[in-house]
Amino acid sequence: MMREMICICCPMGCRLTVDDSDVNNVKVSGNTCPRGEKYGKEEVVCPKRMVTSVVRVKGGDVAMVSVKTKEAIEKSRIFDALDALKGVEVKAPVKIGDVIVKDVLGSGVDFIATKNVAAR
Amino acid sequence: MSVKNLIIIGGGPAGLAAAKSAYDAGERDILILEREDKLGGILNQCIHNGFGLHTFKEELTGPEYAARYIDEVLERKIEYKLGTTVLSIDKNKRVTCANEQDGLLVYEAKAIILACGCRERPRGAINIAGCRAAGIFSAGTAQKLINIDGYMPGKEVVILGSGDIGLIMARRMTFQGAKVKAVVELMPYSSGLNRNIVQCLNDFDIPLMFSHTVVDIKGKGRVSSVVIAAVDDKLNPIKGTEQEIKCDTLLLSVGLLPENELSKMADVALSPITGGAIVDDDMMTEADGIFACGNVLHVHDLVDFVSEESEWAGRRAAAYIKGEKVNGEKVGIDAKDGVRYVVPQFVNKDGDELLKLKMRVGNVYKDVKLCVVCDGEEVYARKCRIVTPGEMETINLNEKQTRALKNCKQAVVCLKAVK
Amino acid sequence: MKKIVIIGAGVVGCSIARELSRYDAKITVLERANDVACGTTKANSGVVHGGFDAKPGSLKAKYNVLGNAMFDRLAKELDFPFRRNGAYVLCFDDTKWDGLKKLYDQGIENGVKDLRVVTGDEVREREPYVSKEVKGALWCPSSGIVSPYEMTIAYAENAAKNGVEFVFEKNVEKLVQTDGKIQVVCSDGDVYEGDVVVNCAGLHSDDLNNTICDKKYKIVPRKGEYMLLDKTSGYLTGTTLFQLPTAMGKGILVVPSVHGNILLGPTAVDIEDKECKDTTYDGLAEAFDKARITMPSLTKKTVITQFTGLRAHADAGDFVISFAKDGVPLYNLIGIESPGLTAAPAIAVQAAKDISAYLGLDANKAFDPIRKGIPCFATMTESERAEIIKKNPLYGRIVCRCEVVTEGEIVDSINRPVGAKDLDGVKRRTRAGMGRCQSGFCSERVMEIIARERGIDMTEVTKSGKGSEILVGRVE
Repeated sequence: MMREMICICCPMGCRLTVDDSDVNNVKVSGNTCPRGEKYGKEEVVCPKRMVTSVVRVKGGDVAMVSVKTKEAIEKSRIFDALDALKGVEVKAPVKIGDVIVKDVLGSGVDFIATKNVAAR
Repeated sequence: MSVKNLIIIGGGPAGLAAAKSAYDAGERDILILEREDKLGGILNQCIHNGFGLHTFKEELTGPEYAARYIDEVLERKIEYKLGTTVLSIDKNKRVTCANEQDGLLVYEAKAIILACGCRERPRGAINIAGCRAAGIFSAGTAQKLINIDGYMPGKEVVILGSGDIGLIMARRMTFQGAKVKAVVELMPYSSGLNRNIVQCLNDFDIPLMFSHTVVDIKGKGRVSSVVIAAVDDKLNPIKGTEQEIKCDTLLLSVGLLPENELSKMADVALSPITGGAIVDDDMMTEADGIFACGNVLHVHDLVDFVSEESEWAGRRAAAYIKGEKVNGEKVGIDAKDGVRYVVPQFVNKDGDELLKLKMRVGNVYKDVKLCVVCDGEEVYARKCRIVTPGEMETINLNEKQTRALKNCKQAVVCLKAVK
Repeated sequence: MKKIVIIGAGVVGCSIARELSRYDAKITVLERANDVACGTTKANSGVVHGGFDAKPGSLKAKYNVLGNAMFDRLAKELDFPFRRNGAYVLCFDDTKWDGLKKLYDQGIENGVKDLRVVTGDEVREREPYVSKEVKGALWCPSSGIVSPYEMTIAYAENAAKNGVEFVFEKNVEKLVQTDGKIQVVCSDGDVYEGDVVVNCAGLHSDDLNNTICDKKYKIVPRKGEYMLLDKTSGYLTGTTLFQLPTAMGKGILVVPSVHGNILLGPTAVDIEDKECKDTTYDGLAEAFDKARITMPSLTKKTVITQFTGLRAHADAGDFVISFAKDGVPLYNLIGIESPGLTAAPAIAVQAAKDISAYLGLDANKAFDPIRKGIPCFATMTESERAEIIKKNPLYGRIVCRCEVVTEGEIVDSINRPVGAKDLDGVKRRTRAGMGRCQSGFCSERVMEIIARERGIDMTEVTKSGKGSEILVGRVE
């Protein structure tokens, strides 16, 4: 089947045409970089997304610290991943890259901090 | 009264990049004035990813992107003041500002860079009738409440406007357990990035209704529903198409306006189309020694381009302070035939930096070429499968094209159909 | 000590409270909302009328002219913004000169000073953006503009300073007469006793009277929709611009505010619902279209907000300012619609005179007529600004950037007598959130300050009283 989709790898938003009539040999066109090809293939086999959110910080100069999955995780598990953040509270100071939740849902992917938070 | 070579108003992405590049161009007497208590500006609340692909060749979240530039500024020991609001500037580059620690401060600057960003268009500006209950937020306010303060502004949400902040907030509210019932867009197209429609709406089956608007907001105390209706091609609501959506929250993402209240005090000429200053290719406004860059100049969709433009402005402001800026005869660049505006609006005839033009189109066009025409002669053309008002276009001119533009009497940027 | 209960904290209730505080009595003001000036007082044109419009011999005419003359001194005593900017009543049609002449004669009969009929060109000389279609106008230099809620807040603060107690979120259910006194029964079960009860309940003054008096009244809410333009449009007019009046009221105005905005409106529609504060698509369109008759160059580009006000129109047509006729010690203020704002200071003096005579009150020797407002950073000179930040560093933190309002002013507005409790209260007292971004940037900061100063949680902060909480919970 030929599918039209928009690549979300970067803000360019390339319009991809993905041919998945042969699952072992998915063909992507319309991309302007190799990431587009990878995205197009992944999107028909097992779509993945980065997940970003916030968790509470204790004793910091701000109330919340932003976090992200270190790599994209399966789209179908986004809400499970977010559940893993519920009630999580970290102590200031926090540095960008600090692991906030390790190995989310056994996916091998960590939630890491994306903001530096100094202790108050 | 103190004297400063360069005062940068705003410590967000534009101000930080301008400071860094002015420093690297040899300027050491720099002061950044930031009204918030942190450097980084709006990036601090943009916790989603998608920043930095152009600048750093990797995908960062807003706070990470900001941190890179903040580190650059800290490493260079560039002076900055937080919690400091600029109260006025004038064309003699006298700057007054205030904060809690220092009280009222007055500076005389050799150059000023305006890097104060933009603000959201409020409900009042779009004349939505209805109640004045709690529960009506601009999307950016809701973003700050959730991501910075850790509070939820609502549970059942309708979003008016499909600008990027609205789209991002649709997903953000969904992530935090709210139900986003619809995103309603007045125009027949979105002003947001396509990728955001895919990953913020489609991924979560949030309906996007084009050519619709909110015609009534109901509720006592708190919003209890909104009424939406289809609009005709003159954008007027069509009677009989009304439908009521139950919700406790209405988020507005109906456009950004460059914040030029200070510019006006200094008699900086503004473009009625961009809402920002009219500038030359050095990002200098028509007020001598006052530069502008980032969203205060024109609203960008990518922070990477803000950084790039601001680094340019910082470098050129440093040159101005050294007395090296050319400021003689200029060539005007007009936007025509589908192109709404071009920045810069003027180009110095002298000077040898390659030109970079930024523009937006006024509608969605397919299979067109984006052209630069100098005195009737096409010196640059690029084919585009699609151009939309939501995505800023950039034209990088090479040496020959730059020269052609600088040597002509009148340049035009326009769209032409591709046969 | 004699007890007086005033019901309603609009401009009428607050001005009477202040005038009564010149006497020795225990005065309590009960207000349904959580702040003063939350009803008709908050949403009107803010015009201090000259007095040519009211029917000669009416109470409206009498108190309009008396009230108008009191404003210069009052504004100084109570420190609220007021300006005598003058008004034109515009005539667009050569056949309507009679109408102007009638207004002129009426004004003279009512005692309005310095009225003059002028030509269209004379109007445009002063106000160049007025329509070329204007053939002539009535010029009334004694007309003024005031911030109605700031005036009311000033009255309330001064009343509080002189011993008046304000109780908010008290909804009065009914009045009961016992032993020559009145029991004021509230819906939460509380009962207040008054030797005199003063009915300043505005839109609900009929209902209140009707719970106890044989003579019944009826108030019809008359809805008016307005649009407010940004200060950048302030150049459009410095003068209040009326159109020749119709049976429904004074027509659509184009009027400057004391803070430099321009106000368009109001429409006039009689409705049933006394709580309706909604604007409508059609109403706003009408306000705008009719305002354009006065000023064709108006655009919607600089509109920053819209609002609806309800006027308390009594079916009898004139003000009711008197004790109830049935021997009930209830002093009624009913049907105080336009020019009620202008008349309020004079009405208050009259009411205080009547009530103090009835109760035989002595003078309050400690009465202090002076109230100082919140020092306004936005209008200060540079040296004044430097000075005040030195005294109070919170004045160095600008919270509302559009209107240049500092944290110092916001904290003051919350902590002074009859202080602000929520976002709208802070807005009315300091103008934070009143500007072109309409609180997009500052609302979150103001909420934090309110929570901190009042010792409440962020989620308890409201926009305008219970039920208008802004946040629904914490991010978990």
